[in-house]
Amino acid sequence: MPRDVALVCLADGLVGLSFGATAVAGGLPWWVPVAMSVLVFAGGSQIAAVGVVLAGGSPFAAVAAGAVLNTRLFPYGLAVADVVGPPGHAEPDDGGDRIGGPAVRRWLIRLLGTQIITDESVAFALRQTDPARRRAAFWTCGLSLFGAWNVAVLLGVLAGSVMRDTNAFGLDATFPAVLIALALPALAELRTRVSAGTGAVIAVALTPVLPAGLPVLAALAGLATGWRPRRGRSTEPPASSPADPTRAVPSIDSLTGER
Amino acid sequence: MPLIAIVALAAITYAFRIIGPLCRDRVTLPPSATLLFADAAAVLLIALAATSALMNGHDFAGWARPAGVLVAGLLAVRRAPFPIVVLAAACVTALLRLAGVE
Repeated sequence: MPRDVALVCLADGLVGLSFGATAVAGGLPWWVPVAMSVLVFAGGSQIAAVGVVLAGGSPFAAVAAGAVLNTRLFPYGLAVADVVGPPGHAEPDDGGDRIGGPAVRRWLIRLLGTQIITDESVAFALRQTDPARRRAAFWTCGLSLFGAWNVAVLLGVLAGSVMRDTNAFGLDATFPAVLIALALPALAELRTRVSAGTGAVIAVALTPVLPAGLPVLAALAGLATGWRPRRGRSTEPPASSPADPTRAVPSIDSLTGER
Repeated sequence: MPLIAIVALAAITYAFRIIGPLCRDRVTLPPSATLLFADAAAVLLIALAATSALMNGHDFAGWARPAGVLVAGLLAVRRAPFPIVVLAAACVTALLRLAGVE
């Protein structure tokens, strides 16, 4: 597992590098990508929000695009709810309710664990069945990634501020490439591919006429083409579990390149 | 991008993260909702990829960038490692520009 975590950190580090460099080279102040990386810590939405702003969109459109992307963290949170806190929080309280006592510390750990819920840490956690190993996988990946991501963004900011012409390095092509690689695991089903294709056509067609940021949000109309609410088709096998949140989780193999 | 926008996105993101751990015993998400979230994310990512690959502001971005993205996309579909995908996008686009293709 440490090797896989390192590979994922390396891959995401490269993305962070390009995120920091592109944001600064596009004219944003250095603290914007840095603050986002610590506070938001969700690569796809950071790239999306900055992409909207760099294209001339309003901050509101940027926040909306980032927020829609991050709705998937909700099912992720359900999937790893048992490991984001410290172990054994259901045990009888050892009288640690006073300020600064173990109860407070447990809450701080839980709040920190919540911030490191990402595609990658959830995917690593769900590969393990044993509760202790699940917890170890989640925290190892989450904390390593938090470190790697923020250091990489900082380095990217430094690189972006010394590079005079980032276009000469093809840096502008890395944003869309990363977005495609991030979306790919979710495109396994035809329904999703149809929705995404329609959405892309809508967004590109509207870009010349709408203010920046709105065409991407308009792409959500593409959902209507592929999306049909399940009306309890009896031929369908009973949903794998009442609410199996893991189905939205991407595979880390797409990051490490393993099969 | 104003600080308030960053804080707003951070707060919304944290809220999505913490609902699950806070109410895992009280909330069960219908599978269709989970699928809808995942689909919405995929649609947004691809739409953003398409617009940022093809367009510069309101206009066509030129051929170098979409060509690099196309190569990267094909590599990603062939399950090339992520770092390779990102590097390929930058290298193809940079080389095309070096060769005079805009």
